[in-house]
Amino acid sequence: MEEHKSHIIDYLTQIKVWVALVIFTLITVATAEVDFAMLTVAVALTIASVKSILVLLYFMHLKFESRILNLFVIVVMLVFLAMIVFTFFDYIFRLSHGS
Amino acid sequence: MGENVQHLSFLQDNGGKKGILAWITTTDHKRIGLLYFYSLTVFFLMGVVLGILMRLELMNPGKDLVEPQTYNSLFTLHGVIMIFLFVIPGIPAVFGNIALPLLLGARDVAFPKLNLLSWYLYILGALMALSTLLFGNAPDTGWTFYAPYSVRTGTNVTMAVLAAFILGFSSILTGLNFIVTIHRMRAPGMTWFRMPLFSWALYATAWIQLLATPVVGITLLMIAVERMLGIGLFDPSLGGDPILYQHLFWIYSHPAVYIMILPGMGVISEMIPVFARRRIFGYKAIAYSSLAIAFIGYFVWGHHMFTSGMSGPARVIFSLLTFLVAVPSAIKVFNWVATLYGGSIDLKPPLLYALGFIFLFLIGGLTGLVNGALAADVHIHDTYFVVGHFHYVMFGGTGFAFFAALHYWFPKVYGKMYNVKHATRAFWVLFTGFNILYFPMLVVGMMGMPRRYYDYLPQFHIPNLISTFGSWIVVSGLIYMIVVLIQGYRKGTPAGKNPWGGLTLDWQTDSPPITENFVELPIVTEGPYEYK
Amino acid sequence: MNTNNSPSAHVHRDDEAQKMGMWFFLFTELLLFGGLFLVYSIYRFKNPDAFAHGAKELNVVLGAINTIVLLTSSLTAALSITAIQKGQKKLALGLVLFTIFCALIFLVNKYFEWGHKFEIGIYPGSDLLRAIPRGEALFFVLYYFMTGLHAIHVIVGAIILGFMARYIQTGLINSDYYVLLENGALYWHLVDLIWIFLFPLLYLIH
Repeated sequence: MEEHKSHIIDYLTQIKVWVALVIFTLITVATAEVDFAMLTVAVALTIASVKSILVLLYFMHLKFESRILNLFVIVVMLVFLAMIVFTFFDYIFRLSHGS
Repeated sequence: MGENVQHLSFLQDNGGKKGILAWITTTDHKRIGLLYFYSLTVFFLMGVVLGILMRLELMNPGKDLVEPQTYNSLFTLHGVIMIFLFVIPGIPAVFGNIALPLLLGARDVAFPKLNLLSWYLYILGALMALSTLLFGNAPDTGWTFYAPYSVRTGTNVTMAVLAAFILGFSSILTGLNFIVTIHRMRAPGMTWFRMPLFSWALYATAWIQLLATPVVGITLLMIAVERMLGIGLFDPSLGGDPILYQHLFWIYSHPAVYIMILPGMGVISEMIPVFARRRIFGYKAIAYSSLAIAFIGYFVWGHHMFTSGMSGPARVIFSLLTFLVAVPSAIKVFNWVATLYGGSIDLKPPLLYALGFIFLFLIGGLTGLVNGALAADVHIHDTYFVVGHFHYVMFGGTGFAFFAALHYWFPKVYGKMYNVKHATRAFWVLFTGFNILYFPMLVVGMMGMPRRYYDYLPQFHIPNLISTFGSWIVVSGLIYMIVVLIQGYRKGTPAGKNPWGGLTLDWQTDSPPITENFVELPIVTEGPYEYK
Repeated sequence: MNTNNSPSAHVHRDDEAQKMGMWFFLFTELLLFGGLFLVYSIYRFKNPDAFAHGAKELNVVLGAINTIVLLTSSLTAALSITAIQKGQKKLALGLVLFTIFCALIFLVNKYFEWGHKFEIGIYPGSDLLRAIPRGEALFFVLYYFMTGLHAIHVIVGAIILGFMARYIQTGLINSDYYVLLENGALYWHLVDLIWIFLFPLLYLIH
């Protein structure tokens, strides 16, 4: 097989990622006390998404994997999002128009 | 490369083990395919028996044979067995397993042990599902396990949903195995667009298996937990939302329809060029349409819920997408017909079944569009029209494709040829009986006969009588076909490497193939259907 | 078939295929939880106040500690791969064992958290849960279902990592062949990934 050996990620990069993840966790706990009204959920989910992207790219080595695998991960995420969006097509309109 | 090793056929090569042990511990994809085949056939026949009993009950109005509650269990188990044990695993687990590595020029699938594990999970799930026949009361919810009834009924639903969960796991592992196999194990020179179309279909199918099955897995788990702990996830009296259950169920179960039909379409695409001796028309269109069906098919689930109380805009969106998914299906049919046009057609049993598939799938597909139209669906929802529609797709489509594949690869697997004349006759019996059995259902459904009742009004009598009569012809046809194949297995003449004149790699190796499939791995230099 | 008489089939080793298979399995795990996230989001949408009220009952400090424990375990799992690639067998083994240790801490925390809830009468099927408003009861049911399923994954992940530790010890996993460890770590990161979303959704949004 033509595969090169897996990329070796050095210790320091990963520890930096971990520091970033812990900081994000503290931020998300702190902001939970602040009332952003409608945006509370959005803020929390955005921070969680950033954290998960960091885990995917560095801890799970996705940054150094083949393009097709990256594509698959994106497609799976989009399919999952679409699944939620399509279900909400029902609920959003049902509640606002229903009795 | 093992010059001194004697090359036994996979049927003879027990790998140093004895008797049945050499089968149930095998990791050879062809043997696992046959394990699936034999177990699947048993379950299929059980499903047929349940179906026949239902038709007998419905022969006349009023109670003929069984109690209403028994009838409820009959249609539930008929559905569970046919869907989860036959149609969903059907073509991928049997013919995908047997043919995929051969078609790709590989020695086995990517994960042979995982492959065997899938079969064990399948058997475990099947035994759990069938145990509900013996222990407790057989489930009476229909195969859809709709909440809140599935939460409240005293019948053995918990076991049935756990069985479906296990079977889903088996299906996921098969899909996972096939995707990796197709990515990593193609023979040298076999580019994506030199792959036989059956592999494309299996590839698209495998993605649905992977991405849709977990959703129903967790949903059924929620039903089981809800029953065991008495909590309210879907039961409206406890704050749950039963329509959400329907969403979750169909998020899997509609894509599952494509798990059932896509491999069938792949089988047909494989046969049409071989028996027309022509290059397939629109190779790329067929390949891409498989992916398109898989993708769009993921987002049409709402069309099962038009009358459930779902919001209006959602209904319109799902109806539109339903019409869209018909486009790639139609593309396939047009390409098959265009391939046949001007070919030198050899009307052998596999092609007959393939043509039968196209005809029946056409009816199934077009009646599907009737269901997909919002206004029409309000009238025919939950009537026999729907029953007729999905039997045309599932039995006329997937079932006939399964039989086509069976007649196509039979000489490859066993190295012997069945009696072609009798196989042809069996096809005609089956095909005739099929239409007599299911066409009246479309009519009586239009007239307004609801499904899932053991009784009906007297004005529906004649079509039901005809339908029951048709079910006897179908059974005769099935028995005829099985006898012909068993005779072929026992006394058939040697088939040779390539009885149909196929150009794909499966026909270039011995019949039955050696355990390693190929003595030397082939090198591919052109597409799979380059008939001159 | 039996590996002994298969001269040619098992010669080549395809680490890439193994890893690909693991990723596909993770996709199914994601969608398994995905179904739960869907249920959560719909019920939250229908009962926003009840869910916010329910979330207040959860212990943010314990949740945050567990988040950091899992993040740390994810780091050590990732570091163990770097270690094995560099041939530092002892370090790799230590990192994997530390990861398992983190898993245990997580479970102990979870045990106390759940235990406290049980004490005050909040558990599936309890009388209290039948008495409080339906939306709030749904929140707690989902809380138990989601964290419960996650806890099962933590246990499975810890067992897998236990095998990895053993394989590093025996030398089956070494600087030349470490795809097993990569896959074990991938599974562990998934557990972390799910928790990254569970934590804000259950504990924080109120």
